[in-house]
Amino acid sequence: MLDDVDRRLLRYWQAEPSLSPGDLADRCGMSAGKAARRLARMEENGVVQGVGVVINWAALGYAVEVSLRVTLDKTQGNAFDLFIVAARKVPGVIEIQTFLGRVDLRLSIIARDMAHYQQIYRRDILSLPHIADIEALMHVARIKTDETLPL
Amino acid sequence: MIVLDAIDHGLLTALARDARHSASALGKVFGLSQPATWRRIKRLEQAGVIGGRRLRLDAEKLGFGVTVFLGIKLATKGRVSLEDFERAVSAIPEVQTVEHVLGRYDYRLRVVARDLPDFERVLRRRIMTLPGAGEVEANVLLSEERLAGPL
Repeated sequence: MLDDVDRRLLRYWQAEPSLSPGDLADRCGMSAGKAARRLARMEENGVVQGVGVVINWAALGYAVEVSLRVTLDKTQGNAFDLFIVAARKVPGVIEIQTFLGRVDLRLSIIARDMAHYQQIYRRDILSLPHIADIEALMHVARIKTDETLPL
Repeated sequence: MIVLDAIDHGLLTALARDARHSASALGKVFGLSQPATWRRIKRLEQAGVIGGRRLRLDAEKLGFGVTVFLGIKLATKGRVSLEDFERAVSAIPEVQTVEHVLGRYDYRLRVVARDLPDFERVLRRRIMTLPGAGEVEANVLLSEERLAGPL
């Protein structure tokens, strides 16, 4: 189990993911060795999964991002599996989420411009299996993106 | 706009998975010297393609068993400023991401909670009381996968 010291380490690390174990030890006022041992343990037991860079797709020319909220035809027993397997192959799909609620699934799609999006939507998305309904939300701006946990 | 070659794509994909790879370790994978690798990573950072780093934590192991996506429609457009709404919603610790969208909803939020009663508390005390919040739709996240995207 985690204690308050572990959570404090994670709070600092979440806020500044590029901090080294030594930096984190300084922030928490503990020895580098102690911090390193705690961090290693949290990585071993899977609490810490890693640090990754966030790719800014807009800087690579992908100006359009659309959330497609999909309802599936659930009379088909394996509709979810077949849809997801096919959706993974669509270029531009960067996220697939499944839900309990009004919609079954959501795809995050990036495209260079509206013409490119239109092409992906018509050619690749509408041909995905077992779709009952699709609704699109077009991204205007990201207001908060840190995805931190309230530890 | 920055133009990337196959090695840049490889570096980005590797760094998205693990940002703690050293330039020399990455260089070995891609057949580059350590300084050449470092220069490429610097170039990606300067062009804004690397939009920062993110610590990936296992939310469930940290006691956050529920992730809910909320679609929010503003009730009184024009009377409440978007800035007021955005400032208030971004200050809620359980709200991980806020996206301004066009379509059926005005904002899309990612919210974490310990369990469903905890989520209900956040929804009633924090979300429903936001300035201008109108219709709210909730979808509970069941599964999520992030794909490498068009690299």
